[in-house]
Amino acid sequence: MAEPRVMDIKDQPGFRTIAVICLLVLYVPVLILMIFSLNSGSLVTHWEGVTLGWYGTAFLNEEFHAAARNTLIISVTATIVSTICATLAAIGMTRVKPWRGLAAAFMVINLPLMVPEIITAVATLSFFALIAGAFGLNFGIGNLILAHTVFCIPFAYMPIRARLEDMDLTLEYAAADLYATPWNAFRRITLPLLVPGIMSGAALAFIVSFDDFTITQLVAGPGQTTLPLYIWNQIRRPMTPEINAISTILLMVSILFVSVSFLIARRRAK
Amino acid sequence: MGIAFENQVAAPQLPSRPAYGDNQTGTHLPERAGSLNGVIVPEQPGKNAIEVRGVRKVFGTGENQVAALDTVSVSIRENEFFTLLGPSGCGKTTLLRLIAGFDFPTAGEILLHRQDIAPLPPFKRPVNTVFQSYALFPHMTVAQNIGFGLEMLGKPKAEIEARVAQMLKLVKMEALKARRTSQISGGQQQRVALARALAPQPKVLLLDEPLSALDYKLRKEMQIELKRLQHETGITFIFVTHDQEEALTMSDRIAVMSAGKILQVGTPRDIYDRPAERFVADFIGETNFLPGTVVSKQAGVATVKFAGDATISAGYPEGFDPTGEVTLVVRPEHADLVPDPAKGTIAGTLANIVYFGTDTHYHVKLDGGGENFIVRHQNSRSSPVTFATGAKVGIQFEEDAARVLKD
Repeated sequence: MAEPRVMDIKDQPGFRTIAVICLLVLYVPVLILMIFSLNSGSLVTHWEGVTLGWYGTAFLNEEFHAAARNTLIISVTATIVSTICATLAAIGMTRVKPWRGLAAAFMVINLPLMVPEIITAVATLSFFALIAGAFGLNFGIGNLILAHTVFCIPFAYMPIRARLEDMDLTLEYAAADLYATPWNAFRRITLPLLVPGIMSGAALAFIVSFDDFTITQLVAGPGQTTLPLYIWNQIRRPMTPEINAISTILLMVSILFVSVSFLIARRRAK
Repeated sequence: MGIAFENQVAAPQLPSRPAYGDNQTGTHLPERAGSLNGVIVPEQPGKNAIEVRGVRKVFGTGENQVAALDTVSVSIRENEFFTLLGPSGCGKTTLLRLIAGFDFPTAGEILLHRQDIAPLPPFKRPVNTVFQSYALFPHMTVAQNIGFGLEMLGKPKAEIEARVAQMLKLVKMEALKARRTSQISGGQQQRVALARALAPQPKVLLLDEPLSALDYKLRKEMQIELKRLQHETGITFIFVTHDQEEALTMSDRIAVMSAGKILQVGTPRDIYDRPAERFVADFIGETNFLPGTVVSKQAGVATVKFAGDATISAGYPEGFDPTGEVTLVVRPEHADLVPDPAKGTIAGTLANIVYFGTDTHYHVKLDGGGENFIVRHQNSRSSPVTFATGAKVGIQFEEDAARVLKD
């Protein structure tokens, strides 16, 4: 690594206190949520005993199945499409001669990160309503996939671009020097070395799409309930630990994805 | 050996030079082409591997324009170990990149076996490069790296395998062929980079300061190794370095570059013993510069008055007409100390003695003033004379020790 750092974090006054408070605020609610998913009673505030019954109820719940199916269809499609777009954009912005409008393109790609999500949601909703009104077009679940793809692109783009910028350009020169055409150099050298970036980009896009609420809530039509929307609908009724069980499942999927992508990135980076 | 370098008058030899020096005799070249001030006349155009003709390379636009190469012409012969030598920023790497095809010249031609390759992309040039950073592909094994060029050329699998095996043997890396390139040492990576560039049997091998990342001992080993590889493969090597010792020990011919121009092309001995310009003399080895005045001249030899009333005969490069105030150049090993100041051509006081192991440098403060004059004395078991700091000494010059150079 670089030079040794001289400051020891433990010497900073108040570091421990602040760290403990942050950890508690962040994780205690999640921990309570997970614990109550095992509650044998039917309240989420009053502990009675341990059971796995609520997970069974969730797995047999048709509405949960439908929501999970919708979520997967939307997230997987949006992840694939946005990752491809982001990869092409990143290559077009790091591996070619600088072109007019490069800075503007960078801005446009990253704008969704800065625009408040509720604005994007309202705008997207009005846009689809306009199209439906003017041309009678409705893409059904395609509306949601399109909306998700668009806001996933900057999330997929960032790690891919970072990886491309970190990559030693000499490797591509070396490939060209060894008779690789530009396409072969990309296929055999750049792309394999880019895979960890693409993987973490895709994982990030998937997570963002998987748990999106605001835009989905506004754009989703009837029968297009996703898991976050399903949970939202459930807590407006008397809540049972089934919601805790479903939330815990969602959480596990997210953790699994992030861990896998992290491990791949770390192994490949060596 | 005594303090004088008697044997060197008859057969001049650089002191403390590695002993494998077949770089003077081991070449299959006919007579050397005449070269002066970077203007090269290719005497046998058919035998040239690379001809660079009037190449300019300008970076930037408008007011920010910088000419990295300022109309450079040079011919590099087949089977030659040719070195581009110069300080950083002199344009040597730019020239190498133009030959490799990573950049295109602003003007001029680059001929490879009489065919203009300047407009070709790198993957269409039968030229391979060993990069300073090695640029090994980290996701491939040693063997896959070496086979990459042949694979891209569409060679049959059996041929690739045979050639990779041959290359692994050539660079003595058979045992590590299945390793990832991140799992081998710097010296081993260097060998793999060489094998990878040699495997497609290029017409010309370009080496961009490939030894600079290695430690001293390994660098010495690789210098000999590179000479061996060049000899065994018969491929033309173009080697870029800023290390003058490396250039002298390895090259058949050297081009000394400065500020985008080639100042002199010649054998290591040409460059060292008969530098064409002051910059060359200063950059290669250590040199004493003495101000003087030309008294007379005839047949390429000038009589120069210097350091008060002393005079000396000094040769000068062809095409240069020294008059009036000039600078004399004397190598430290071409001068000698004598204990009696009256017996030297010039006299002074011994200001400093620096011991280098193989030889000793005596810094003499001249009676006539100016910069200290350095005399190099090769150490031997039987050195009979010792000098002490502060002693009055005389400096004697060997015959032909002094030259007059263009500033």
